[in-house]
Amino acid sequence: MTNNKKLSTEGLNLYFSEKHILKDVAIGIPQNKITALIGPSGCGKTTLLRTFNRLHDLLDYVKITGKVMIDDTNIYDPKISAVEIRKRIGMVFQKPNPFPKNIYDNIAYGLKVNNTDPYRIPQLVEQSLRESFLWDEVKDELKKPAIQLSGGQQQRLCIARAVALRPEVILMDEPCSALDPFSSLKIEDLIRELRKSYTVVIVTHNMQQAQRLSDYTAFMYLGQLIEFGTTKEIFNNPQHDLTKNYVTGHFG
Amino acid sequence: MKKFINYLNWSMLAGSTIIVCLFLIVILIELFSKGLPAITIDFIFKYPSEGMTKGGIFPAIIGTVLVTLLTTAFAVPFGIACAIYLGEYAGNSRTTRLIRAAIRNLSGIPSIIYGLFGLALFVQAMRLGTSLFSAGLTLGLLSLPYIITTTEESLKRVPTTTREAALAVGATQFEMIKDVVLPVALPDILTGIVLTLSRAAGETAPILFTGVTFYTSGLPGSVTQEFMALPYHLYILSTQHQSVEQVRPLAYGTAVVLISVVFILNLVAFYMRYKRRRYD
Ligand SMILES: Nc1ncnc2c1ncn2[C@@H]1O[C@H](COP(=O)(O)OP(=O)(O)OP(=O)(O)O)[C@@H](O)[C@H]1O
Ligand SMILES: [Mg+2]
Repeated sequence: MTNNKKLSTEGLNLYFSEKHILKDVAIGIPQNKITALIGPSGCGKTTLLRTFNRLHDLLDYVKITGKVMIDDTNIYDPKISAVEIRKRIGMVFQKPNPFPKNIYDNIAYGLKVNNTDPYRIPQLVEQSLRESFLWDEVKDELKKPAIQLSGGQQQRLCIARAVALRPEVILMDEPCSALDPFSSLKIEDLIRELRKSYTVVIVTHNMQQAQRLSDYTAFMYLGQLIEFGTTKEIFNNPQHDLTKNYVTGHFG
Repeated sequence: MKKFINYLNWSMLAGSTIIVCLFLIVILIELFSKGLPAITIDFIFKYPSEGMTKGGIFPAIIGTVLVTLLTTAFAVPFGIACAIYLGEYAGNSRTTRLIRAAIRNLSGIPSIIYGLFGLALFVQAMRLGTSLFSAGLTLGLLSLPYIITTTEESLKRVPTTTREAALAVGATQFEMIKDVVLPVALPDILTGIVLTLSRAAGETAPILFTGVTFYTSGLPGSVTQEFMALPYHLYILSTQHQSVEQVRPLAYGTAVVLISVVFILNLVAFYMRYKRRRYD
């Protein structure tokens, strides 16, 4: 792993009240690569993802210690605002959460708060809807409330919303869990496309997807980062028994 | 035996419901049968005349509308601002919990106390005199705790996932509140406001010492003047008039108008809630 590290953590610990959730996590996520985050349910994948864009700030019972960096910037530096960090790090959530606005405004809103030139917004909305393979389905009803879309369409809208902002990093929490296999493959194409200019971190429970898509894979278990390496190494030659059992499906 | 107890339970619940409904129906029938005949175009649009034994209640209707508008102007902006601060910014410390409890208790204070407080503060200390302005401020004070509480609750019902969606695209907390949280909560907030105002419009005690009067020869030309109001007019007609029996139909007519105003406001609130449910 000779690449630049885009995101990294050192000695990261996270507590929800007294519950120790992330335990001494040290990871360096390479720039312009796709990194898959795998591990059993409840092991802390979502929690780790949310430390990167400071979404835990909303809860007053969370305690975070250790270092979390984007490039050479400490994400939790008190001099840096969470808003600034979130403008650089986009996120697609585990459950689709479109704004209670129409389809067009769902994407335009993010562009507006990021001070995009208003004349460019319509074009960027269309582009990001095309990229997330939603354009053909919605191009005639852009003013329809987004909640009237199907679950899978909503998730693609949320992907379009994140992609439209062209952040440096995109965090994706099981973006395909609500999608049919065909749209999943298309989203994978999009993510591969994104890698050219962005760093992508994707949580997935689908081992095939992790292998098809990612350059690097991190395996987490009970809040610890057990193993991190190229996807080839993790799936073909895991060093750790836990990893081996998990990727071969002998888990439990 | 079990069946019998079930039946007994059911009949007691059903019986109580029927009794309550019956009361309501009797009150409405009584009011409308005696009040409706008094309601004519003249009754709505004319001034009272001949010692209030003839004529209409026009100035009282306008007075109630004006004082409610003033109440809205005072209570709604402050109430919403307070609720946003308490619900979105203040967090959940011991102090904010204390403030919340205090606000909740304020809504339990009898309205006559607000009347006395308004007399002491607005009429006397601030030298606003007995006027529309003082009465509007007093009713505004009375309405504030309700508006703050219902607004804060409406804000709380906006799901975290929706808030996170806004923050994740780089919205500031203020942008999130303004562009996402408030629009979602608005129908609920408006419902609370309308119900609160319909309560304020029917109050007598808070305006009693602060601005209402039993007769004016014209409409209030400015907020510094006294005004007539429906609930107080009703009170005068039914207890203070020298020939109470003679003006009874007028009292019932006034009651019907007052009830209709409150009822229409409630319908508006109901409609907003209904529309909101369909949208979800
Ligand atoms: N807001 C919260 N408050 C308290 N505990 C939480 C909170 N969010 C998550 N947890 C706990 O933290 C642990 C890790 O949760 P997390 O959501 O990160 O798991 P995950 O790896 O994403 O699981 P899944 O694959 O099911 O999505 C769980 O034990 C969960 O109960
Ligand atoms: Mg998760």
